[in-house]
Amino acid sequence: MRVALFVTCLVDALFPRAGQAMVVVLERLGHEVVFPQGQTCCGQMQVNTGYQREALPVVAHHVEVFEAALRPVSEGGLGAEAIVAPSGSCVGSVRHQHAMLARELAGQGRAGAGLAGRAEAVAARTFELSEFLVDVLGVTEVGARFPHRVTYHPTCHSLRLLRVDDKPLRLLRSVAGIDLVELPAAAECCGFGGTFAVKNAAVSTAMLADKMRHVQGTGAEVLTAGDSSCLMHIGGGLSRLRAGVRTLHLAEVLAGEGWQGAR
Amino acid sequence: MVGRTFLGMPVATERGTLRGDQPFPAAARTALADSQLRRNLGHATATIRAKRAAVIAELPDWPQLRDAAAAIKTDVMARLPDLLVQLEANVTARGGVVHWARDADDANQITIEIIRAKQRRDGRPVDRVVKVKSMATQEIGLNQALADAGITAVETDLAELIVQLAHDKPSHILVPAIHRNRAEIRQIFADRMAGVDPDLTDEPRALAMAARAHLRQTFLSSTVAISGANFAVADTGTLGVVESEGNGRMCLTLPETLITVMGIEKVLPTWTDLEVFLQLLPRSATGERMNPYTSMWTGTHHGVDPDGQATSTPDGPQDVHLILLDNGRTAALADPTGRQALHCIRCSACLNVCPVYERVGGHAYGSVYPGPIGAVLTPQLAGMHATRHGQAGTTSRTDPVDTLPYASTLCGACYDVCPVKIDIPTLLVHLRTRHVDGLRTRPLPTGERAAMSAAAWAMTNPDRFSRAETALTAARLLARLQGDHTHIRTLPPPLNHWTAARDLPAPPPETFRQWWTRTRGGPR
Repeated sequence: MRVALFVTCLVDALFPRAGQAMVVVLERLGHEVVFPQGQTCCGQMQVNTGYQREALPVVAHHVEVFEAALRPVSEGGLGAEAIVAPSGSCVGSVRHQHAMLARELAGQGRAGAGLAGRAEAVAARTFELSEFLVDVLGVTEVGARFPHRVTYHPTCHSLRLLRVDDKPLRLLRSVAGIDLVELPAAAECCGFGGTFAVKNAAVSTAMLADKMRHVQGTGAEVLTAGDSSCLMHIGGGLSRLRAGVRTLHLAEVLAGEGWQGAR
Repeated sequence: MVGRTFLGMPVATERGTLRGDQPFPAAARTALADSQLRRNLGHATATIRAKRAAVIAELPDWPQLRDAAAAIKTDVMARLPDLLVQLEANVTARGGVVHWARDADDANQITIEIIRAKQRRDGRPVDRVVKVKSMATQEIGLNQALADAGITAVETDLAELIVQLAHDKPSHILVPAIHRNRAEIRQIFADRMAGVDPDLTDEPRALAMAARAHLRQTFLSSTVAISGANFAVADTGTLGVVESEGNGRMCLTLPETLITVMGIEKVLPTWTDLEVFLQLLPRSATGERMNPYTSMWTGTHHGVDPDGQATSTPDGPQDVHLILLDNGRTAALADPTGRQALHCIRCSACLNVCPVYERVGGHAYGSVYPGPIGAVLTPQLAGMHATRHGQAGTTSRTDPVDTLPYASTLCGACYDVCPVKIDIPTLLVHLRTRHVDGLRTRPLPTGERAAMSAAAWAMTNPDRFSRAETALTAARLLARLQGDHTHIRTLPPPLNHWTAARDLPAPPPETFRQWWTRTRGGPR
């Protein structure tokens, strides 16, 4: 299957290894990965902070880039059958916010009437990594080996917006050599919340402290999750404490031990 | 007396009921430092969460019940004016009196006037009333208004009594004294409850018995009671209160005059609608399968003899009043997205699962409605500064109400447990949008808006975006200057709020798209 990568702005700029690992996993499973180079960001930061009008052109740009990726090559597209992203949160935004925002701003005469429908069409083909592997490809065994003690944090948006349920855990359990340990109070938010981490830094830190305590209690060497944003938050706290726990995106664990970053 | 308001206008009530003294982030910082509070809340919310989860798992049709409740509430909001008129007609036909209050002052004045009319009729003063736990009367600051009129309001709900004796404020919708533990409650009783046993222990039973002894004489000697209502049934004129202690029922049955203050959104079309809510509410609220004391009353009654014939003996209050309260609700109703907040049945399940509430408690929200539901209800009832309903002397940055929609990580735990399926995360984002849009008319854009516009400008063009990313890699230098090649440990404001507790990874030498272009050339 030809798969278009929606790498997300955060992974692109700060965590490219998560994107590279996704390419490694998908190619190892025999799929062709394409990267629509016009892509930038889903606009979630603007939407969630209340800047709907600023988000609109970002959303329109995202829709335009990815509907072109889905178009057949004969019509000038990339011929992708699906769009895959290393983020539950960004896919949540595409699926739950894009059409809603387009509709609301169309009602105010600020957006064209067609955008909502086009956003829905793109959203219907957009998947978070674990959803794509388990639901679309029907795969739980990705041929990886990772001999480390790992704990998994289910990020809020993959859990409660996308309902990925135990799909990431099923993928992780199939990794050879892994010592997967359960994270206590796993479903509780880590306190990131986008601009919340800055606007309500004290509460965010209090939530982070509890999340770190649970992570450290597992004795894990690696904390993994399906969102680089939450990992940046928890990992930033663990790094500050010199806790000796590293954070890796789910894709990096699924790429496996031998993979040291695509060159 | 403040200027009169009109229907549909959010109300700026006095500080202490809906609008706090401090912006949420500042109030939260203070609360976070209270170790006793953190411990009490963590323990109490974890206990209620577990109880709720267990009893909800028992019901196979829970999702269908939630769908039914959401559908009923949506229908109610769509025809609220008609249902209220129908309710008024049926309450009146059964001997009750219905009053309409546009705001808190109105409702308080109506209540005081009803009590004064009774005094005039009876020819003896009423200087004390008993109260059933009620959010509506907390919202309007009724106890203070009564005190100003020389009338003492006695809270009969155990937790409300604890709060009242301590001259404290409720910190939870359902469990007003959730921020107190047994030892603290024992101390409050020992200090403030007249005639209490000095050897009182902090055993829950002993504390309950002390409250019972304290309240019993008050019940028997009070002639006026004030309640809220969980529901009103339009087609029968029935009012209902759901409570756990039986003290509410004593208030509802013993006194001669009963005054009920109810938000207009509480009306239900028919009696059979109760079937849905009486299953959802106790399981969501206290984690009980069935509510212990569910009291329903329809107008006034006379006794019934063994043959079922009405006698001339009065049964229950003969002077029954219903005050229908707007206080900003029609303003919320006018917002097609925001009105969902009016579906709330005050179960508090969202408070108990909220990671923010669990850490800061209810007082930090500055409103009688704390937690996730409070963060979406309060700004609509009280109005935000940014939408020109603020308190004098504040700004859209410092008005406590304007900070409430931002008091959430949007984790979604609240939406998952809401028995009437209020999409609180979407409402929070909606109110943030109203807040931001409200500020657009100001002459100068805020720094945040400038930053968001600049980011959007970069994000609508891949070349600009790529250049912005390249500029970001300059931050690698920052990490190096701070003696660390992998992490940035301090940043200037406002990002210093991030680096106060967390490192930031130094930008990588190569972005993903640079790597892709270097290794693959084109899109493939």
